Amino acid sequence: MLAVAQLTCQRGARTLFSGLSFTLPERQWIQIQGANGAGKTTLLRVLAGLVQPQEGTLTWQGQAVQECRAEWQRALLYLGHHAALKEELTPLENLRFSLGLEAMPADETVLMKALDRFGLQEREHLPVRYLSAGQRRRVLLARLLIRPAQVWILDEPYTALDAHATQFLSAVIEDHLEQGGSAILTSHQTLGLRSGMSIAL
Amino acid sequence: MMMGFWTSMRRDLVLATRHKSEWLTALFFFVMVTNLLPLGVGPEVSLLRKIAPGVLWIGALLSTLLGLQRLFSSDHGDGTLEQMALSPVPLAWLVAGKMVTHWLVCGLPVVLMAPLLGIQFDLPTRSLGILVLSLLLGTPILSAVGALGAALTLGLRGGGALLSLLILPLYIPALIFGAGAVEADLAGISPQGHLSLLGALLVLSVFFSPWVTSLALRIALE
Repeated sequence: MLAVAQLTCQRGARTLFSGLSFTLPERQWIQIQGANGAGKTTLLRVLAGLVQPQEGTLTWQGQAVQECRAEWQRALLYLGHHAALKEELTPLENLRFSLGLEAMPADETVLMKALDRFGLQEREHLPVRYLSAGQRRRVLLARLLIRPAQVWILDEPYTALDAHATQFLSAVIEDHLEQGGSAILTSHQTLGLRSGMSIAL
Repeated sequence: MMMGFWTSMRRDLVLATRHKSEWLTALFFFVMVTNLLPLGVGPEVSLLRKIAPGVLWIGALLSTLLGLQRLFSSDHGDGTLEQMALSPVPLAWLVAGKMVTHWLVCGLPVVLMAPLLGIQFDLPTRSLGILVLSLLLGTPILSAVGALGAALTLGLRGGGALLSLLILPLYIPALIFGAGAVEADLAGISPQGHLSLLGALLVLSVFFSPWVTSLALRIALE
């Protein structure tokens, strides 16, 4: 369970949010809503540990995140709105290296299967440079299927996806929740997910 | 930990093989600078021999600088750096992998090319050996210190110019002792002192740089 208490974050002179508290139990998801520039991405980056908040505490399984950083980073999968893909590499290589950088074993057949499920058959060996925005997004999202994590932090995961892929992503998230995981995401679209909590910034 | 280090190294090596122009430019630059200078100063053998260590070392120094600007900026731009910072593997190990690749791609070719270029300055065989040895010890220092500069200037506009301003002064000790070793050998003195100091600088920079660089990267990511 992730618990957030009295979180305050300032960027320059502007206070993006202050006194923000919530808990995210297992099998639950939170949608973060807000206008452009309201600080949704910053909140996600604070939760992931990329940005230090001015005030407030983050607790993971009852322990302050600062004290169990390694466990938190293993439990967490953060997908930002950058594709985090190398244009020169193929989708398969990208996935393999992204797992390797986290010192996780990469099984070729598992990676191929994840790419297939996201509709990237026969694109596995094509450099990412030749893929469309939506296809790049799918390569990134394929990490959801291969990298075990309890908490998913997804920044605008539905961007650039077509109707079919949107549906599939919702199913993947549902599956993850069923299996005891939890998720935090920002999105402007209606999601087709079972109802979850919502935080407005 | 080691797996993260190897992956980070291998990934950059694969990228370098798909992006040959980048490191070939650095190597070509090194060859051109050291080739043009003798043409400029004239064919007087004693003068050429005298300036050779300095010229070759300055060439090596400037050419490694070329590859540094993109060391972290492409990873920063496409979000890979965020993923690296979030990895359970300490960021310093991943950074160390990138540094080793930078040396393999930008430093090692210079080391291998240097004795060939030294011949046209009429350096005696023994001094060519010392030159290679000094570059072998010195170019990893350039990669390690340079990575720190690249991390500090990450995300700044005009970061390239700032990078040179920041890094070149820090390269001076390596330049002095590296070129000094070859000069000492040419003058008939033992180059051992220079080489030992260069070795000490190498140990110091390779030991501390990945750690300090990873701190600088975390600041750049905020």
